Formats: sequence, structure tokens, C-alpha cells
Amino acid sequence: MNEVKTGKIAGITGNMIAVEVDGEIMQNEVGYAITADNERLKSEVIRVQGDRAFMQVFESTKGLKVGDRVEFTGEMLSVQLGPGMLTRVYDGLQNPLNAIAEKHGFFLVRGVMEDPLDYESEWEFTPLVKKGDKVTGGIAVGWVPEGIFEHFIFVPFHLRKEYTVKSIVDKGLYKVKDVIAVIEDERGREIDLKMYFSWPVKIPITAYREKLVPSDPLVTKVRIIDTFFPIAKGGTYCIPGPFGAGKTVLQHITSRHAEADVVIIAACGERAGEVVEILREYPELSDPRTGRSLMERTVIICNTSSMPVAAREASVYTATTIGEYYRQMGLNVLLLADSTSRWAQAMREVSGRLEEIPGEEAYPAFFESRIAQFYERAGLVRLYNGKLGSLTIGGTVSPAGGNFEEPVTQATLKVVGAFHGLSRERANARRFPSIHPLESWSKYKSFIGQKKIDYARDILFKGNEVHQMMLVVGEEGTSLDDFVIYLKSEFLDAVYLQQNAFDEVDAASSPERQKYVFDVVYDILKREYVFKDKNEARDFFYKLRQSFIDWNYIKMDTDRFKQQEESIKKLVEEYTKHEKGI
Amino acid sequence: MKRVYNKILSITGNVISVKATDVAYEELAEITTQRGKSLAQVIKIDGDIVYLQVFAGSQGISTSDEVRFLGHPMLVTFSDNMLGRIFDGSGMPRDKGPMLTELLIPVAGPPVNPAKRIIPRRMIRTNIPMIDVFNSLVVSQKLPIFSVSGEPYNQLLARIALQAEVDMIILGGIGLKYDEYMYFKNTLEEGGALSRSIFFIHTASDPIVEGLMVPDLCLAVAEKFALKGKDVLVLLTDMTNFADALKEIAITMEHVPSNRGYPGDLYSQLAARYEKAVDFEGAGSVTILAVTTMPGDDVTHPIPDNTGYITEGQFYLRNGRIEPFGSLSRLKQNVNAATREDHRAIMDGMIQLYAQYLETEEKRAMGFRMTDWDRKLLKYGKMFESKMMALSVNIPLEEALDLGWKILAECFRPEDTGLRTELIKKFWPDKGAEQR
Repeated sequence: MNEVKTGKIAGITGNMIAVEVDGEIMQNEVGYAITADNERLKSEVIRVQGDRAFMQVFESTKGLKVGDRVEFTGEMLSVQLGPGMLTRVYDGLQNPLNAIAEKHGFFLVRGVMEDPLDYESEWEFTPLVKKGDKVTGGIAVGWVPEGIFEHFIFVPFHLRKEYTVKSIVDKGLYKVKDVIAVIEDERGREIDLKMYFSWPVKIPITAYREKLVPSDPLVTKVRIIDTFFPIAKGGTYCIPGPFGAGKTVLQHITSRHAEADVVIIAACGERAGEVVEILREYPELSDPRTGRSLMERTVIICNTSSMPVAAREASVYTATTIGEYYRQMGLNVLLLADSTSRWAQAMREVSGRLEEIPGEEAYPAFFESRIAQFYERAGLVRLYNGKLGSLTIGGTVSPAGGNFEEPVTQATLKVVGAFHGLSRERANARRFPSIHPLESWSKYKSFIGQKKIDYARDILFKGNEVHQMMLVVGEEGTSLDDFVIYLKSEFLDAVYLQQNAFDEVDAASSPERQKYVFDVVYDILKREYVFKDKNEARDFFYKLRQSFIDWNYIKMDTDRFKQQEESIKKLVEEYTKHEKGI
Repeated sequence: MKRVYNKILSITGNVISVKATDVAYEELAEITTQRGKSLAQVIKIDGDIVYLQVFAGSQGISTSDEVRFLGHPMLVTFSDNMLGRIFDGSGMPRDKGPMLTELLIPVAGPPVNPAKRIIPRRMIRTNIPMIDVFNSLVVSQKLPIFSVSGEPYNQLLARIALQAEVDMIILGGIGLKYDEYMYFKNTLEEGGALSRSIFFIHTASDPIVEGLMVPDLCLAVAEKFALKGKDVLVLLTDMTNFADALKEIAITMEHVPSNRGYPGDLYSQLAARYEKAVDFEGAGSVTILAVTTMPGDDVTHPIPDNTGYITEGQFYLRNGRIEPFGSLSRLKQNVNAATREDHRAIMDGMIQLYAQYLETEEKRAMGFRMTDWDRKLLKYGKMFESKMMALSVNIPLEEALDLGWKILAECFRPEDTGLRTELIKKFWPDKGAEQR
């Protein structure tokens, strides 16, 4: 039983090796290719043909030879789940990058692995079950404090039967590898429980009572999202956009301000420099809700563009699994994946090496279902203890040439609940966030009344029509009424849709403030005005815009806020058309 | 064990195959043909069949030519003696100087651990206002120069090489025309910069596969110098040739093409090179500027498109000028607050006015009537283009900022510019005020 199953390399192309194996092979089984210098290169079986296993290697294959040994583990690609993952920075295979940096310096040396959890630190364990209690996978036997959360210690999720607690330790300090409980199945077989266990990343965690339909909005404090294209706790959304449109900045803002308990950032195949900003800045920034460092609610999975491509494919699953695990604690988890296109490209590279028949733009035929499966792992669930937990997934998409017709964007649009399409035109015009207000959509409900939103969107549509017309006939050929509609839509865009991410106050707009301010905007849009001519109309709206933007920069619940509001209302009143007048 | 083989099984494109055992992936081999010797690299092993890409191309290779495996991957020499030297795409001397064999290092080493990276905050001055003022270059940045063929991108690179505030320059030429190569050599020689430069030059007449190694050679050497504390600027021209060479090999190997014939891993291949740009904490840095000619001036073409997603901004070179729109340095915010208090204001203000000028220019072309304001903008636009945008302008940042104020003062009243009052009080030139 303990004998290690081995194989021999029979072929090498890129990061793909063909291995001849005696005996059974499991799909997605992990093995280690061993180089002449005794480096152990982690690999995963992705196709089996007769006694040949095709494996993707998570490292550079330079120097491997035909005939080199491969050792199999008998396990699927897994992550270790236990206390201490928050604040950490992992690569796509859950190696802690800081620990690697300490030991190996500047570079990610091949074949180096480190423990994903800290086995030495002690956690204060409080039991929640007693001897004789019946338990099953997903039931908490106790908890430890991790940052501001109660981190529950579960019976591992793969134990699906009913078990009896034979013993459980008293409250006290324990390490993750200590046995904290022993449980027994109906045949009397005993199982030791520790504070951690492994879970295969490609299998969703389903240790909950039921999956519910997402309904509560997940507040991001970005006005255009929360008001017009909201996302829901347990929902999914995607952000496609060409380079330079601000995808990553938008993800960073969301990761900072979103009202989630835990944020998992999966930096998948993007620039390392962008991750560095998070790594270096988050420990300094404080979470406005708790006053603690932002890092304490964050896990970063970082497999940047120059790191091995197979591990990039795994990184998205690693992030999702960790997200699902924290959801099991009854927390609202937000997973931000940047970018899912790089993940899809990783699948494409692997498929190409397997010489599979390509689908559109050479993406493999299965990639659409993989994308669907990934987003389906999001959800709002009722746990065994009756509490709710949610995992929300937001993925950026980097469409080739900025063209949303390409396969990854289209496959993603089919399965997500909200679409925040970024536009190059808006980015070039410095209108940030550059979410396109006419093309984007959301299936979730906003905390602002639908009727008001529809009215505002209608103004945007009409304003755009007038604008298109004006490009042909010029300002002279446009009626004053139409021109005012255009000015209204530009006003809405400037003061509400656009938001200054670099201003302390404007960067995060609370739901209360959004409701309050939107009512004022709505009132302004609704009114009819009297203008002598277009110049007067333009002057009025420009002036209004300036006062309104200033208002956006003032903290709510201050005297200045009230004063500014009064001056805006006065200005509006001055030009409002009153029926009885004259 | 046997390391020499005399039976070549197949020759397709620039790829040959031999029956051989105990060969390592990416190992080098030397092929001796009647034309001479060439290096080749293992790119696929299938059982005992080994596929190699031949750097010198397959022309004239005979099936009985000798293939000798060298037992190591691609290596490059590394020492101070390399300064002032010129090498080819295989790392061999091109300048008739002696072979350098001391301290061989492998190319295409492991990636930098993101946890060891730092936020770059040092600016590289180039004395080109369109870079220094409007899109500052930052240490460890990777920036492509998007351009169409025929633009003076190599002249721009050469000027940056001469003027940039760095310790050394590594120039990688991929498919470089011979006269452009000589231009670089002569310009740097005359400018006295050759002694702090290293060239890896693959010219258009060299076999295309050889060009594939150039970025790796440049970056491996740059990385080593950076670890020794040097700030290294790597200039690559032209990465489009590199991507085309990748395409050629991929098609020869019958890989499924993804987009316009380019291989599916184009993004990863480019990223593996560009991501070598780094600022080592406590040591030196690697900064990369790479020319990418856009086929058909199409930024959505796979090469510039993939590049744009990898790099930290881009310079558009169009009509002999660095375009202020579209050009972007994603890292400029990290440095331009610390230069001079008016830097950001001038940067934003002048560009906004220039954008208005372009609109006015359009109106004028369509025959609309010009207002006084339009005429101011027209004057401003012309001055901005000739005094600031022209590539020939060669002044330090501070002078460029002063020049900016001067141009503004000659065209506008202070209140026209939308600049903050306290800055206007401090920087608005008196002469402009008198004219008013």
C-alpha cells in the first residue's frame, strides 16, 4: 500500500510530458517529475490513454529527459484548508510566496515548495461538540479566532456519513496538526480530526443544506455599480475591457471598499507589478468597517504572467476553494479573478499541446463548460447550522483587441448575473469608472427603486441619441428641448456615473449616500426648465455640475454638505419652469 | 553515452529530428554541415525522436550531417568584459573581438517572486519632454513603442540610449536592418555611450530562428548586472519580428494556431520576457523599452494587443512624434508628484488644451466659423506641436516645464487655462502678462 507508484517520461513538449505508468492512473492525479538534479516538479494528469498519462508540469520542463522518473501521489490536486490563510499570499498551488522569498531570495526557484499553513503557531481552540454527539462533514467541532472572525474547525467535507464524537480536547492552545477530536463511523472505525484537511480544488464544496437564489445586494460603494448594475451576495459578474480601460483599478477599488467579510484576490496571469501594489499597500490601509488592516480580511492568490502557465490554470480553482471554505463559516466572501481570459488561455495552451481539435480561436471545446462550472461555484447557501454564507465571484475578461464578440467574453456572458462592460472611449475621455452605461446590465436588484433607475437610464439613452444626431447636424440644428436632454444625460454621467477613485470621500459612496444623492439627481432630471437659449442651458448645467462634483467631495453629515446641497437646490429652483408663472 | 548522431530523420522548415537518447528538454546541440556549424535547441522529445530548431536555418543540411548534443541548455557569458562588445543572436562575438567564455549563465531563468518586488518610485530622465513631462519613464517599467514601419523608432531608441539616466544599456536587435544596426553602433560610439553598452544583434539577413534567443540573452545578462547593483535599460527592436519567429516555429511544429496564425501561448511567451523588468530591493534594476511595429497600424493585431495587456503603458509613435493620446505610462503617478509642484498640473492642463485644439482643428477643417477662443487654441496647438512634441526637442524636465508655462502665456490668459491659482501666481511668466 505504501509503495510509491511510479512512471517514466516518454515524451516532452513545452510544459506537457507523456508518462508511461504501470498500474492505475487517476484523472487529475498529482505526480512529481524528478530531474537529474533531484528537483521535484509538481505535475497533474490531464489525459489518460492506455498506459500513458499526459501530465501538465507546473514548472519549467527545461532539462527533463525521456526515462526520468515520475512519482505519483494517488491524490488529486488539493489545497490545505485550516486557520491562518487570511493575510497570506499564495502562488497558484498554495505555496506561500513570502516564506519562499525568505528562504530562496529574489527568484521562484524550480521545484521549491513550502507548507501552505503555519504548522508551528498555536490557536486558541474552543470546542462546540461533546463526546457522543453525532456529526458529519461540514459540522463544526469547534472554533479558533482568526483576526476578527470565528474560524470554525469542521469535520472534513468528504466524510459524508454520520459519525459519533469519541473524544474532543478541552479549550486551549493547539497547533493545526494536533489531533483535536476523534470521531467514529458506524462500523467503529476511528478518524482523527486535526484543525486542517485537504480538499481537491476542482471539486466544489457542497457541505450545506441548500443553495438559495442571491437577492441581497453586495455593496461595492461604486455608484454606477450599486445603483445601475448591482451585484448580489452569492452572485456573479464579469468585467470585460480592453487594456488601459481600468479593469484592474476597478477590481482594486472593489476589493478595498466592498462590504464583504473576506476578499480573495486571484491575480491570474496578469502583471506582477499590480499585485505588488496590493502586497505593499494593503497592510498599511485600514478596513473602514473594522478599523483593522485590510490585509486581515484578504487572501491573495498570485500567479502572474511570467509564472508557469499550468499553475495559472490551477490558481483560479485554488482561489475558489479557499473562498468556498470561508463561506462555510457563514461569511460573505468575494472572489475577484483578474483575469479569467488568462486562465482560459492557459487551458488553450494545454489543449494545444494535447493536439485536441480546436474550437473557436483555438480554445478547447470544453472551455465554455469550464467557465460555466467556475461561475456556478458562486452562490448563497444555507449551512447546516441554519446560517447563511455566500461566495460572490467577479471576473475580469481581457478580450483580444477589445472585441466583446470573442469566445471568452461570450462564454462568460452566458453564465454571469451582471455585466460591467468597460469601454475604451470612456477611458480615453477619462470618464472613470469606464463602465459603459448603455451596454452593461445586471439581473440583480438595486437598493434604489427600479422606476427611478429606469427613468435615469432613459435619459442616458435619449441623451446619446441626441448626441449622435448633433454629430451630424451640429448644435445649430438641434432643438432646445433635445439639447436639454443631452445636457441632462451629460450631467448624470459627470456627477453620478463618474467617480474619483483617488479622492478620499468620493472613492467610496455608502448606500445611504447613494440613495440620498440619487434622489436629488432624479429630481433635477425630472424638472422642466426655462432657458433663453442653448448657451444659457449649457452655462446652467456646467455650473450645476461643478457644484455637484464639489458636493461629491464633501463628507456626508457635515454642515458643509448641507450648505452645498442648499446652494444646488437654489440654483435649480432659479431655472425651473413653474406652471402658474408669468 | 553517445552524444553524436549522424542520421537526421526529417527536415521541415527550420526544425530537424534525430533518433537519440538521454537528451534533455531545451538542451543545445551543434550541427556540422558543409556550410559550417550551427547551434540547435531541443523543442520536443517523443520517445527516442528528438526535434530541434536549428538557429542557422535548415538550408543545406544533409541527412548525414553530424548532430552533437552539448549537454547543457542555452548559456551566455557574463562579465564586465562584455561592455562595449557586440554579439549575435547565438551569443557569439560579432565584432571580431575575442570569444568570452568566463562565467556562463543560463538564459530564461526563473521568474522573480512577486513578494520580493517593490513599488517602483524612481524616475528615469530622458530629456525628451513628451516622455519626461507627459509620460514619465520609471525604473523597472516595461514599455513598448507602438509604431508603424517607417517611423523613426530606432532614432528614438538611440536617443534614449544616449540620454537616459541609467548605468548601462543592453540593445537587442531582432531582424534589425543592417544599416539600422550600423546607425545604432555609430550613434552610440559618437555619443560616447558604447563603453557602457552591450549589443546582441540579429540582423534581417541572419536566420530567423536565431532572433528568437535575442530577448532571452539580453535579459539574462541584464538581470545579472541588475543583481550586481546596476540600473540597466534594455532596448529591444523589433519585438514584432520576435513574435513572427515564434509563429514560424509553431506552424512548422504543426501547433494549432489561435489568432491570425500566432500560437496560443503568444501572451505567455511575451510576458515571460517583459516580466523580467524588475527593481531589486537593495540592488539594481531592469527597465525594458521595446519597439513593436503594428502591422497595418492596427493596435488590435495580436502582437500589439497581447503586448498592451502585459506592459505598463505604451508610447505611440506617429508622424514622427510621441502621441499624447493613447500613450500612457501606468507608473508615472509613482514619480511625478516628487519632481516639481507644477508637473502634474502642466501635464494635465496642456493635454486638455491640446485635445480642445484638435476639436477646433476638426471644426476648422469642416469650414465652421472660428471664434476668438478657437484662434487661441489654434495658435497654442501649433506651438505645442513644434516646441514640445517634436522629437528633436532635447531639454531637461525643469526646462520643459518652464517652456510649457511660456507657451501657455503666449497663447492664453491665466484664467483660460483652468490651472490652479497658486501655481499661476508662482509660475506664470511676466512676459506673457505684459503681452496681455
